[in-house]
Amino acid sequence: MQKNSIIQVSNLEKKYESFHAVKGISFEVQEGEIFGILGPNGAGKTTTLEIIETLRDKTSGNVSVCGLNIETQANDIKQLIGVQLQAAGYYPSLTLVELLLLFAGLYNREINPMQMLAKVGLEDKAKAKFKELSGGQKQRFSIATTLINQPKIIFLDEPTTGLDPQARRNLWDLIRSVRDEGATVVITTHYMDEAEQLCDRVAVMESGKIIALDTPDALIDQLVATGFERKKEVKKANLEDVFLSLTGNEWKDE
Amino acid sequence: MNNNEQKYSQLKAMFAISKASFRSITRSPSAVIFTLVFPLIFIMVFGFLKGGSVSLDVALSPDCDTKNPIYIGMISNPAFSVQEKMDTATQKKLLLKGTLDAIVNIQRSAIDSTYNVQLYTTMASAEKGVIVKSMLEHLIDKLNLKAAHISQPMATIQQEQLTGRTYETIDFILPGQLGFSLLSTGVFGTAFVFFNLRQTLVIKRFFATPIKRPFIVLGEALARMVFALLGAAFLITLGHYAFGFTLINGLSTFFDMIVLSAIGLIVFMGFGFVVSGIAKNEGTIPPLANIVTLPQFLLSGTFFGIDNFPSWLQPVCKILPLTYLNDAMRKVAFEGAGLMDVTTQLGVILLWGVIIYFAAVKVFRWE
Repeated sequence: MQKNSIIQVSNLEKKYESFHAVKGISFEVQEGEIFGILGPNGAGKTTTLEIIETLRDKTSGNVSVCGLNIETQANDIKQLIGVQLQAAGYYPSLTLVELLLLFAGLYNREINPMQMLAKVGLEDKAKAKFKELSGGQKQRFSIATTLINQPKIIFLDEPTTGLDPQARRNLWDLIRSVRDEGATVVITTHYMDEAEQLCDRVAVMESGKIIALDTPDALIDQLVATGFERKKEVKKANLEDVFLSLTGNEWKDE
Repeated sequence: MNNNEQKYSQLKAMFAISKASFRSITRSPSAVIFTLVFPLIFIMVFGFLKGGSVSLDVALSPDCDTKNPIYIGMISNPAFSVQEKMDTATQKKLLLKGTLDAIVNIQRSAIDSTYNVQLYTTMASAEKGVIVKSMLEHLIDKLNLKAAHISQPMATIQQEQLTGRTYETIDFILPGQLGFSLLSTGVFGTAFVFFNLRQTLVIKRFFATPIKRPFIVLGEALARMVFALLGAAFLITLGHYAFGFTLINGLSTFFDMIVLSAIGLIVFMGFGFVVSGIAKNEGTIPPLANIVTLPQFLLSGTFFGIDNFPSWLQPVCKILPLTYLNDAMRKVAFEGAGLMDVTTQLGVILLWGVIIYFAAVKVFRWE
């Protein structure tokens, strides 16, 4: 079965003055999937993502997004994608509604800000400032700003880093619902459980190279096939399940 | 691609930034203080300060004769503020400091009915000393004519004063304060905002949207312009109605002043861009911005005319852009000059604009 690939990356390289961040990687992202880029800090995940998002220049290689060239059609690409940066700021004195209206203008879209906030469970924070939000709320708001232009692809750079288990799960639900509405999601993380739960396919990066690329299931099977066994018998639940069952799983005002 | 998608408008995106930035500015205490509160305080102080007649502080020596027409002439002249009952040592001290403008000692001659007037003046108040001397001379001349019974003097002066417009303190102070308000809003506001947008990654998030970079700058700049010009309009209006600031041709003078404000502001914002480009961290912005604003605050005729400065400082005064903006403002507001009559001033300001934006483009950093 032939799927449509929406992002094509081939032999992508990025060299900084003294640092070879991305060393000739190639991969494709299929339309409608949640694609994970995994790897330790400094592996080149963010650099790769920012090149695809047209925020950073590449040194060599080819990247196309929705059939458009990142070098010559950057502005067309930006209209089709939503970008959540690992660290992003917003005007400190504006309310969430005012910020959403700002981004609506930046994307030339008409939006109902309350509807957007409802989508990410922040209706009651309409008059709040970004800095007054908790970590999870900040990430959900950031995602709301990426949804304004009804993007074909959404890029999320470590959206769950630093969040508590409930907030992470809330965010997973949100990401799944975004995908179910038809968007392709590209996400970086260094939480393996997250990748296993969320991603259709993952690429594992280490020091600028992709060292594995497949579905989480297939990667696990491959490892098991080599005779690998976990040292400890896995129980039917783990401590995180205990924590969640003790503290509840609903969307909370974290 | 989507066919219901309209062509992307950079202008629409730019106005979205302007609107958000304007909201942000109006909620920032420092912007409001620099643009409105400071200039307003200075205008109020000088607006209430009544520019009255000259007051000459004169002391009489303890042994001064007070039973003579010269003394009576002096104390009946409101220009003299005569201090009696002050000992010689104190008089000397105050004269040296310039607190006193002159010491007068009138002595009756021992042989005839003539008087000798001894006048002490000081370098510390040289100008007023001259006035005291000439007023005393005038008084004594009159008394001499009377004593000589000359009712037909050889010559008299007929002075006719034209009732022109009265140049009040506010007519000098308000344009200066307006210029300074534009300078500080332009430099501080712009320097901080671009540094902060970079630092807090607000600008990076903008980069991820389809707006082009120059439109981000234009959007921010437009918000500052609107805010600063609203502030200028407010200061002029308040000055006119509350303190009698002269707008010689009414509304058209007002609009000329707004146009001058806009031109000045654009140039001053250039300085702000340069500062935000070369500042390494937030702490280096205020000193750098002060290097730009303080000399102009002092040397550009904000509080007093640049003629008051020593000649070696005059060339410095005469290269600063604010000097020319202040000059143009005063000419427009008080003398009724049109924008075409201040082309020299505008030329110097625009030359600064060219230089500073050339530098700004060189040092401006996006990340």
